[in-house]
Amino acid sequence: MNTAAPPLPYAPDAAEAELSVAAASGAKAAPLLPAARFAGPIPWVIAILIALVVIAAAGGLTLGNLANSARADLSAAVTVQVIEPNPDLRNQRGAEAVRVLTALDGVRAVRLVPEAELAALLEPWLGAGAGNGDVPIPALIDVELTGAAGPAEIARITAALNAAVPGARVDAQSDWLRPVYDALAALQWLALGLIALVALATAAAVWLAARNAFAGARDTVEIMHLLGATDRQISAVFLRSVLREAAFGAVVGAALGAGAVWLLGQQFAALDSGMTSGGGLGLADWLTIGAVPLGGVLIALLTARITIALALKGML
Amino acid sequence: MDDRPAEIVKFDNVGLRYGTDPEVLSNLSFTLYPGSFYFLTGASGAGKTSLLKLLYLAQRPSRGAIRMFGQDLITMPRERLPDLRRRLGVVFQNFRLVPHLTAFDNVALPLRLAGADDKRVMKAVTDMLDWVGLAHRAHAIPATLSGGEQQRVAIARAVIARPKMLIADEPTGNVDPDMALKLLRLFEALNHRVGTTVVVATHDVHLLKKVPDSLIMRLHKGQLSDPTGALRYPPRPAMPKGGGV
Repeated sequence: MNTAAPPLPYAPDAAEAELSVAAASGAKAAPLLPAARFAGPIPWVIAILIALVVIAAAGGLTLGNLANSARADLSAAVTVQVIEPNPDLRNQRGAEAVRVLTALDGVRAVRLVPEAELAALLEPWLGAGAGNGDVPIPALIDVELTGAAGPAEIARITAALNAAVPGARVDAQSDWLRPVYDALAALQWLALGLIALVALATAAAVWLAARNAFAGARDTVEIMHLLGATDRQISAVFLRSVLREAAFGAVVGAALGAGAVWLLGQQFAALDSGMTSGGGLGLADWLTIGAVPLGGVLIALLTARITIALALKGML
Repeated sequence: MDDRPAEIVKFDNVGLRYGTDPEVLSNLSFTLYPGSFYFLTGASGAGKTSLLKLLYLAQRPSRGAIRMFGQDLITMPRERLPDLRRRLGVVFQNFRLVPHLTAFDNVALPLRLAGADDKRVMKAVTDMLDWVGLAHRAHAIPATLSGGEQQRVAIARAVIARPKMLIADEPTGNVDPDMALKLLRLFEALNHRVGTTVVVATHDVHLLKKVPDSLIMRLHKGQLSDPTGALRYPPRPAMPKGGGV
């Protein structure tokens, strides 16, 4: 046993005491508490939730792109049908309609769809005899306008045709896809709702985990308080742990989600369908998806911060 | 003109109860002055630990007023408590070492919380552990230390930041008589050389004789008695220098 006079302990000077609060949230806080680990599955729960959000976000963005692409392709397109059972009269009125349409302002291109092309289009439904004249098929004219085919344009074209071509029917092509657009919009809202629900679930999981972690370390926290630790010093340690585990979950979840999205993209690309080709993800979309794990980590940190702050407020 | 030194602690008609139970401390009024050495005695259940909890800010009183270092504890927001706690050194009855930290890191805690740099922490903690005879156990965690060793770590932690007031709850209960005397000498050194106010709760009457300049406060059923004049001003030591009761 050392019997020498006791060493006078070191005393932090006033300047250090002033700095202590600043130091509290920094590296010096690191060894103060055990790494407040969440219960084992929490990083994986976060990973699964983030993967779901990534998939939902990618789905929503894809649907949005699909709708926008289709809308852009068809927004200026108009179809004129000349409904006349007599083939000669139909051909004559079709030609007249092309003449009238070509002379109209705001029309970029007019194309009378050949009968053979129409027959080929209808063959899947009417069979090989679709073009033999047994079933009267309207003459079909594709019109491309210089602007959008809004109701006013449709009315103007209809009025111009009515005088010269009785029985002509004018439709904006985008009208045919309106129910599809509505369905796509509904799916987008569904994706948004899923993202919101998963964000809530993430916050709830972190809240539970942070509460459990705090309860497990309560005695240590109490000792730290009695030794002069500030709330900032204590919560910094917990938040560091949350950050580490949430970041791990976010990275794993983002990788899983992005992998799933990529695989789905490959599957749809293999369909080689005109409809799905407009739904590809651009750079901005991928950046948005990249923000999902960051958002997840922020939600986790914010939730943990609030949870720990509330728990600390309950202590003296 | 009142030439009394500014008090370290002033209790005014303080009472403490836990929940709806009867008061464990009643009508406590006393003042602790800087540089004094107090023993707090009383039988088990007299309220010593409860009184110490009030002193080391683990508990707020149910009634009455407490001032510490010139500040009103009753109205003080909790955000300002850490600043006061850093002026205190506490030896808890059951040591309350942080279980996952080594002896070294436990002793270093108050310095780290106060923002001391690693170099100074290393020197101060190494010296202190050496002095309490635990240099060779610096990297042991509390669970592997004996009761006496844990107590010495707790005492080293309490004094390492040179507190303005040292509060110790039965600090020599688990150590041999030689070590008990040695630890008391440490408290005295802090008291005499640094001016630390020392409050030691004990029921060991032999301990009281070891510190001649000490003052005695006695608790009985939650009430404080003043048999030796410790609570008057100027406070009168319980025994003259040189020993004797």
